[in-house]
Amino acid sequence: MTTLTIPATQVRRTTRPLSRPTGFLTDTWTVLVRELTPKLRQPASMLFAMVQPLVFLGLFAPLLPAVESGSALQWFVPGIVVMTALMGASMTGADLTAEIRSGSHERLLVSPLSRPSLLVGRALKEVVPVLFQTAVILAVVTPFSFDLHLGGVLVGAVIVSLFAIGLGALSFALATAAKEQDWVFWTVQQMLIFPLLLLSGVLLPLDGAPGWLRFLSDINPMTYVVEAERALFAGEFPADVVISGFVAATAVAVLGVLVGVRTMERSS
Amino acid sequence: MTNHTNQRSVIRTQALTRHFTRSKKTVEAVRGLDLEINRGELVAFLGPNGAGKSTTLRMLTTLIPPTSGTAEVAGHDVVRARSAVRRSIGYVGQGNAAAYVQRGRDELMSQARAHGIPRAAAKARIEELLAAFDLQEYADRPVQTLSGGQRRRLDIAIGLFNHPEVLFLDEPSTGLDPQNRANLQEQIRRLHEDGTTIVLTTHYLEEADALAGRVIVIDHGVVIADDTASRLKERLGDLVLLGFGTESDAATAASRAESALSGSTLIERAGTQVSIRTPRGADSAPALAIDLAAHGTPAIRMEVHAPTLDDVFLDLTGRSLRESADSTTQTEGAAA
Repeated sequence: MTTLTIPATQVRRTTRPLSRPTGFLTDTWTVLVRELTPKLRQPASMLFAMVQPLVFLGLFAPLLPAVESGSALQWFVPGIVVMTALMGASMTGADLTAEIRSGSHERLLVSPLSRPSLLVGRALKEVVPVLFQTAVILAVVTPFSFDLHLGGVLVGAVIVSLFAIGLGALSFALATAAKEQDWVFWTVQQMLIFPLLLLSGVLLPLDGAPGWLRFLSDINPMTYVVEAERALFAGEFPADVVISGFVAATAVAVLGVLVGVRTMERSS
Repeated sequence: MTNHTNQRSVIRTQALTRHFTRSKKTVEAVRGLDLEINRGELVAFLGPNGAGKSTTLRMLTTLIPPTSGTAEVAGHDVVRARSAVRRSIGYVGQGNAAAYVQRGRDELMSQARAHGIPRAAAKARIEELLAAFDLQEYADRPVQTLSGGQRRRLDIAIGLFNHPEVLFLDEPSTGLDPQNRANLQEQIRRLHEDGTTIVLTTHYLEEADALAGRVIVIDHGVVIADDTASRLKERLGDLVLLGFGTESDAATAASRAESALSGSTLIERAGTQVSIRTPRGADSAPALAIDLAAHGTPAIRMEVHAPTLDDVFLDLTGRSLRESADSTTQTEGAAA
């Protein structure tokens, strides 16, 4: 039995609304902080996207043959970091689907927050789980045959963050377009992540792949991100590989934000 | 810049129209709405699902742009000055304003930030609202652990954060149990007494009847009546049912009643029963009964029914509000 009490105090009314114009950056910060608050209150919630990558790390990595240059783990971990970003950022739109269903998204649409800020703030927050997850993975693997090259890891984190911002934005765009139909969201998301993952060479190198598969891998931006991460995590800075990774991640970020903002602006 | 605070009118629409395209067919959800709502009014948009009331509300709250026509809310155009409108209004939608993974206090704070309210003022306002809606002890729990009634109070607190000039509520009591519904209506009445202009949509007659000073009946995208609930009902008149011993008595009485009662009276006879729809029928029924007895056709049974808004709706549209609520849900789907 719930007890119900009618509040005794009244909500005083002033003559003027309590509201001031805000700019795009303020709005984006508002959205970012709002998105991060529940995650920071419950950091364990960010581990969900890591289940699959950690399973691969634990059950798949031991099967990898030793490579001539260093340990298999050294080769495998950067890919797993990118995989975690892919899993997490591509799922993030589901949070928006939940908000579209429950009504809280509608409230934000009626609030003075600008439409682009609703997308950009959300996409930017993807950086936080990515960094958190990368730190967890590195903490797990460093005691094993993995050499931590901090400089490379930090540059790598920037690239993977840009990639996650772009993926997150695309995921939110998908969720906005799918509206309440979360099956649409999940179908498209599942259909896309596995080809992206397998074609990027995270799990197996694509060196011996047939031509068509090589071609698909070459047009997959994630391939370049993974290759850059591998070099950087090994403490190497080959300019072409790092720049390619950076360009690919930036391209995904720009594309994601453009598509996302357009979709969000049409949202009602 | 218009100085809207001096104007009495807080909502004004001219030929407000909204079409939707659904599988290559054009649905005219709202057709040329002309409305004027004054400061401090409590107005209910009443109509079946799909009548166009939610679509109207969504245009007034800038959620969707009109296909044609104009609307001004708190002195600002809903298309050209969207953000000014958004800063001036509060909105309580059909769903919950606070995300389920959030805590109530955090969502109140995000609403404050959205309105550019400085931190100290925001904190004071949060405490004020939590106290007003009896939410202090639930403010730091995840919203998904709150009961339906608690969430609804939080919705209203969020909607009121910026001291809106107009508070819009879209089907506010849908999904609430009767106790919470009564509680919500009490809240709305208090806000109205405090001077807030309130516009709500409902398909509950009781709600429009109990709450609103002014009822705007919408059907098929147009306003079919716009008056106070009591005047709407008064105009329709009471229903007086008289039963007679024989059919001939009933026939005689029916014609007698026709000459005895003036004004817009509707008399029908079915067998031994005569039904009379007449303004202030409760007042004229006793005299009528005496008159009929004196003329040798005494009534043996009498019932007097005050009209409900459902009767008003039936009279205006030829359909019962409850019946049409089920039959026209498709058009509302297009509006969502």
